[in-house]
Amino acid sequence: MSDLVWIFVSALLINNFVLSYFLGLCPFLGVSGRLETSFRLGLATVFVMLITALCAWLLNTYILIYAPYLRIISFIVVIASTVQLVEMLIKKLSPHLFRALGIFLPLITTNCAILGLAIFSTNKGYGLVQGLIYALGAGLGFTLALVLMAGLREETELAPVPRLMRGTALNLIIAGILSMAFMGFSGLFSAA
Amino acid sequence: MPDVRADAYQEFIKGLWRDNPVFVQVLGMCPMLAVTNSAVNALAMGGATFFVLVASSFLVSSLKQWIPKQVRISTYVIIIATFVTAADYSLEALLPEVHKQLGAFIPLIVVNCMILGRQEAFASRNSVPLAVLDAIGMASGFLFALFALGSVREILGDGSFFGIDLFGPDFEPWVIMVLPPGGFLTLGLLLLFFSWVKERKEQLAERLAEAGGELS
Repeated sequence: MSDLVWIFVSALLINNFVLSYFLGLCPFLGVSGRLETSFRLGLATVFVMLITALCAWLLNTYILIYAPYLRIISFIVVIASTVQLVEMLIKKLSPHLFRALGIFLPLITTNCAILGLAIFSTNKGYGLVQGLIYALGAGLGFTLALVLMAGLREETELAPVPRLMRGTALNLIIAGILSMAFMGFSGLFSAA
Repeated sequence: MPDVRADAYQEFIKGLWRDNPVFVQVLGMCPMLAVTNSAVNALAMGGATFFVLVASSFLVSSLKQWIPKQVRISTYVIIIATFVTAADYSLEALLPEVHKQLGAFIPLIVVNCMILGRQEAFASRNSVPLAVLDAIGMASGFLFALFALGSVREILGDGSFFGIDLFGPDFEPWVIMVLPPGGFLTLGLLLLFFSWVKERKEQLAERLAEAGGELS
């Protein structure tokens, strides 16, 4: 049990996908302008990550033991088609949720955090439950970083920042400082 | 035909500087920051991306008549994934040490938005030689950016360059530079430097234009 808690907290805070693995930077820098949208994108990502973890486990257990060289191709194909499938399902089952997620679902396919998740959890040899917990932690960690970033960016809109600094350069430096703050979490479990 | 040659040269050179994928278009950030904690890692990652980009541009451009429009993106992704698999296995065979350090980030070249972007924006619409030249230019620009970032981070964070000690034992390394925050900070400052250079150039051009106007 404590093992699962450790996996969750580690993916959420200590090895945060965005701030210490640099995964999912495109949406992190691109979509983090508004608090509301980044929260929704985060939740959509959590959802897709959970499904990806399930698919990755299925692939790993039943197919890839026979053909390991197909790993990258099959993962990316499965992720792309899952996202499409999920999009259709949500549209059918819950139009409200579909409107809320809107354009973000297809965008998630190209989020490297998703493929990263599948590959990392394969490399770590996680089973089904561990993989799902890992996906949940990573997804929530992604959401946390995105929401923090969006909040900070909304503040900088009003701050007197030099004109040259505006845009990506400023966002990257904010991200660097956030990442430094998250490094503080690395001591969280070693003491215990 | 001097025109064609000049065009080809333009396609090649634009990726290096004017449209540099990292410093100007801010694409392909994920692998960019994760593996640039030393110059060697940066070069290996850049080399792998170089191979994948050039090979897939070549294939996409030569197959462009046969790829149906509706499934083009998935086709590109599968082509890219094939070459990434090849790069992954070759690197593991040739440079096992470096491969271990880069680890999971080699497969992630598949989702490097720069590569897919070049297929969609350029290789699927241009002839094979132009597509290859464009890919070589873009990939060199990417390699250059990775190398710049990796060198800065290794020199400051480790006091060494390609593993060779630079400053002697008195140097206190800035450990933060090889850790994740250093990646964000270095890239932020490099981007700042690039937009400063661009601004200076524009101001200079404006001043020249003004001076020219006064003369005539």
